[in-house]
Amino acid sequence: MRTLAQKLLHLFESVPQSIAVSLLFNQEPERVITYSRLIYGSAGYAAALQNAGIKPGEVVILILQHGEDLLYAYFGVILHGSIPAIMPFLTEKLSPEQYRRSLSTLFEITAPSAIITYPEFIDEVQQAIKPDASVRVVLVSNQIVSPPELKASYIETGIKRSQEDIVLLQHSSGTTGLQKGVALSHKAVLNQLDAYSRAINLNPSDVVVSWLPLYHDMGLIAGFLLPILSNIPLVLLSPFDWVRAPHKLLHAVTNYKGTLTWLPNFAYNFCAQKIRPRDMEGVDLSTWRAVSNCSEPMYWKSHKLFLDRFHTYGLHSSALTTCYAMAENVFAVSQGGITEPVTVDQISQRGLLVDRIAIRSKTSEETINMLSAGRPIDNTRIRILNSHHSDADERHLGEIAISSDCMLSGYYNRPDLSSKAFHEGWCLTGDLGYIAQGEIYITGRKKDLIIVGGKNIYPQDLENLANDVNGVHPGRVVAFGIPNEAAGTEDVVIIAELDANILEDSPDLDRISDEIRMRVTRGSDIALRLVKLVKRGWLIKTSSGKIARNANRERYLAELMDVSSESDAKLDQNHRQDLAESDGGQPHSHA
Amino acid sequence: MSTEIIQAISNYIATQILKQPKRVLSPNEPLLSNGLVDSFSLVDLSLYIETTFNVYIDNTELNRETFDTLAQLTNLIQSRM
Repeated sequence: MRTLAQKLLHLFESVPQSIAVSLLFNQEPERVITYSRLIYGSAGYAAALQNAGIKPGEVVILILQHGEDLLYAYFGVILHGSIPAIMPFLTEKLSPEQYRRSLSTLFEITAPSAIITYPEFIDEVQQAIKPDASVRVVLVSNQIVSPPELKASYIETGIKRSQEDIVLLQHSSGTTGLQKGVALSHKAVLNQLDAYSRAINLNPSDVVVSWLPLYHDMGLIAGFLLPILSNIPLVLLSPFDWVRAPHKLLHAVTNYKGTLTWLPNFAYNFCAQKIRPRDMEGVDLSTWRAVSNCSEPMYWKSHKLFLDRFHTYGLHSSALTTCYAMAENVFAVSQGGITEPVTVDQISQRGLLVDRIAIRSKTSEETINMLSAGRPIDNTRIRILNSHHSDADERHLGEIAISSDCMLSGYYNRPDLSSKAFHEGWCLTGDLGYIAQGEIYITGRKKDLIIVGGKNIYPQDLENLANDVNGVHPGRVVAFGIPNEAAGTEDVVIIAELDANILEDSPDLDRISDEIRMRVTRGSDIALRLVKLVKRGWLIKTSSGKIARNANRERYLAELMDVSSESDAKLDQNHRQDLAESDGGQPHSHA
Repeated sequence: MSTEIIQAISNYIATQILKQPKRVLSPNEPLLSNGLVDSFSLVDLSLYIETTFNVYIDNTELNRETFDTLAQLTNLIQSRM
């Protein structure tokens, strides 16, 4: 079977009554979706697209909340042979204006032919469609009816797709992310699923439990397509429910005898720290065989925290596994912890930061426990490249480059970005790491990217939002992430220079920092952890006059380390004092 | 409406969530829709309210419809004390 549609239809024909998905959403009773129901539900969407004159290979954007509609719409688009892309739904925090701008950006680059959304959302969508736009039809989810019988005509266009054709687009969030849709072919997705299934020993006794959003590669591939296309039962929770009631994940694992789950690192801390003892009643995690830490920097301490909290509920230490993944490789690049425990590499902090070599620490030195991301999955090769693009030695830090039979076809309609991503056939990931005894360790990023709770955020998007605040000197804003080990993820910091006429004791300061927080949240759905206002001239610029993100990040961290320094302006001291009061002067922990 | 409750929660949000201890929140300032309290911090806030005031706020109530300001949250707490 060479395409996703063929694979799905084969499941429908061979195991129609097998359970594909159990949906646990919004306090509603469980909804069980068999392959038969999945195909009939999806065929309604496929027929609607066909009737609307949408052609295979055209892009269809789905603006739906997580739930049954999204499930059917997604596979309906695939059965029809057009290309689905999920746009995150408008949340209560986002400003509608900003959301509309994001939609327009997405429409402009991906040139979709159709949009599928809810009736109450049509106005919002229409406003984002420019007069000369590509969109020919907006379909409404409640007008889609499943056909009484499955006619071949609804889905034959999907079956006829070639394996080289693009099957789906995968975006990350924000203005910048929406301009960069990773286009994946049927062949790439199926090659990834095959190789990754072998890497995790996927077998018929597995049950996947996931709360991850489907607009993220980890949620879409590992927590959605992998189980559904492999006839492995999937228990799907809503990300919005989970963040308010993390214990629901553990109860789902208990009730459905879940074996596999993927989580971003922060979720280990979140579950360990924020579940009430009484909400743990009846939880049994002994069936979990692999909980894979993936999609943001992994902390050894997070694994320890998770195990310490949940081993009395049956969690095996062998269930803590690791994964390195990126949408450009469909999903996984490497996997650790399946056949043997995850390797912990104890290295010298100084060696890593100063010499850029992962060497064993001498007894007196500060040690870092690096979690291995395991070995490359069997269809993917990894190299570590130095600054001259030649191979770095074992244990030397460099940029990770990958090559596989499941690479992206390109960034959709962005040939400029596609050619930049490759060097002599190898995809440059922008991640930094080293290899030791065949295992890969991720140490940081070359690219300017912030990852919060597994979500990729481009700093320039946040800077642009803060830039508009009255009192902030235009163009003098920097955004970056700093590690917060207690939370197991990054905290987002914004430093903004004030206009010269604003004094350091001005009552305006609270107003300005509040407005920065508000604009950023409404524009990006990200809450800032720290806002720092500084005098004109504080920010370091590059020789070409741009704000140097990394240099400013390092300056900020250095100042946090050195709270007693008296060399800076009063404004800075006040802010640092605030920090010192609130978290005991510990720069990286505010639990 | 109890000013003690408002002050206690305001202080908790300023020190623990915003990390701006000197920041004073006004009772009618939107917390969720202005980005002062994000979804990751909502669980913390509900755990704090439970331990401090012995009032349980269900996870289904952690949204803007139930409360967005200190005043609304305080009313909710008082109605359950």
